[in-house]
Amino acid sequence: MRVKQISVFLENKAGRLWELTETLREKELNIRALSLADTSDFGILRMIVNRPEEAFDALKEKGFAAAVTEVLAVEVPDRPGGLAGVLKALNDDGVNVEYMYAFVEKKAGNAAVVIRVEEVERSVSVLAAAGVTILPADEVYNL
Amino acid sequence: MNYWDRNIETIGREELAALQLQRLKETVARALNSPYYRKVLGDNNLSPDSIRSLDDLRRFPFTAKDDLRASYPRALLAVDREEVVRMHASSGTTGQSTVVYHNLQDLENWTGLVARCLVMAGATRGDVFQNMMSYGLFTGGIGLHYGAERVGMMVIPIGGGNTHRQIQFFQDFGTTIIHITPSYALHVSDVIRDLGLSPDDFRLRVLIFGAEPYSEATREKLEQLYRVRALNCYGLSEMNGPGVAFECGMNEGMHVWEDSYIVEVIDPESGDLLPPGDEGEIVFTTLTREAMPLIRYRSRDLARLYERTDCSCGRNFRRLSRIIGRTDDMLIVRGVNVFPSQIEHELMRIPEVGTNYQILLDRVENLDRMTVRVEITGRTFHGEVGELRLLKKKIEHALKEEILITTEIELMEPGALPPSQGKAKRVIDNREM
Ligand SMILES: [Zn+2]
Repeated sequence: MRVKQISVFLENKAGRLWELTETLREKELNIRALSLADTSDFGILRMIVNRPEEAFDALKEKGFAAAVTEVLAVEVPDRPGGLAGVLKALNDDGVNVEYMYAFVEKKAGNAAVVIRVEEVERSVSVLAAAGVTILPADEVYNL
Repeated sequence: MNYWDRNIETIGREELAALQLQRLKETVARALNSPYYRKVLGDNNLSPDSIRSLDDLRRFPFTAKDDLRASYPRALLAVDREEVVRMHASSGTTGQSTVVYHNLQDLENWTGLVARCLVMAGATRGDVFQNMMSYGLFTGGIGLHYGAERVGMMVIPIGGGNTHRQIQFFQDFGTTIIHITPSYALHVSDVIRDLGLSPDDFRLRVLIFGAEPYSEATREKLEQLYRVRALNCYGLSEMNGPGVAFECGMNEGMHVWEDSYIVEVIDPESGDLLPPGDEGEIVFTTLTREAMPLIRYRSRDLARLYERTDCSCGRNFRRLSRIIGRTDDMLIVRGVNVFPSQIEHELMRIPEVGTNYQILLDRVENLDRMTVRVEITGRTFHGEVGELRLLKKKIEHALKEEILITTEIELMEPGALPPSQGKAKRVIDNREM
């Protein structure tokens, strides 16, 4: 159920972002989902890639401050109110969503979203009870 | 406790005072041979006869760094040029550099003082001494070099830089004692870790630090990283170089070789003499130097003398505290005196940040702004914005407690700041004065 997300600390320098994507390209690693959390003086790039361990090692080797975080990937019906339904289930149960972002590709007409929560175990049962499809890691890396 | 020269190192205070008085008179007599002191002492009607007790030294004017600059190249030389066997010069970025001359006896005396320091650090014949300090006009490398040879150690005159080779030499030659700047020692330790090595792979037993002020926290950190003792060596090129004062490790502070130097502490603003225990600018008078005697030389280093003169190591020479800063390192930010060493001290206590840092000063709407750049370490980053915000707050708070002004903290990627090799340059002041 749990998906490995790579987070990378970036000073606000455009050149570093390019170096990062180059590092992934050299290893033929493919970015499946991506989000840049930008504060006034630094950024954190979060991404889902097809081979997370390999990406983590490659980035470390290039001197990036990188971390692996576990997140959930869920299927969201591609219609108005689709995402709201997912979030309502979590909200009703008092699960706090720290951040979320969307996948580039769709899966069989549905959108896919990365959700970062503190209480992963509880979220899984809450979402399952609400009938939300949680995507298995293997499927996500190759989406 | 081992001594290099037991008789002189364990001399009593009274006997020492008599020796100092005798040598001070000789120093003044020799100084009068230089054009500079002939004029300055002549203008003030001062001669060896002016000295009846050591207190009479107070009647002599200070010699400042600017006086040395203005004396460039030879106005302080007190012997025939042909008698001089070596010179050293500072790399002054502003104005002219300062030159110090030595005759053969001066070098012999200096080597003896350094040998005393090294034996005090536990060095002995058979030790392998890797001298990781720059050689050349700078006195740091060459000064300890000759003292180490005199003690009978095998000296590796490798100088600073080329870190991989340094570490290779630790292994290949079984280095036991290194002489290094604290900032370079931090860098070398990073490289040792990156190479997958640990202190267990070496035979190091003592680190000797010199050439730049640093905090007690940095020393502790380095002692843990290398798992050895680290001892402070103090010196300044105007007083020969390294070997003016050194730690015995029994008590706090560094013993000043008072048979060779008279040490005073003054208020840097008023020039008034301060009692032992008070912090101020250190002033030195050479007692044995022949080619270039200096009387009441203002070091610009800030420290204090300990009140007690006796020490469990058996020496009675006064102990000097660590150097808390330099009068010319002192930053004035929003009217508050700040020393980079204070900031370093606080940062070393925060494990989430690396060992390099940079201080930026600029002025926004006529107000000083101070920014401190630190590197996060790859090991403590977990991917959360909140955690980094908290870290910034934590650093900001720690600095405010120490230096009493608010700083902006900039978090940088590991390796983003220039690694410090040799004398670290940590401050960038963009304020227009
Ligand atoms: Zn002692």
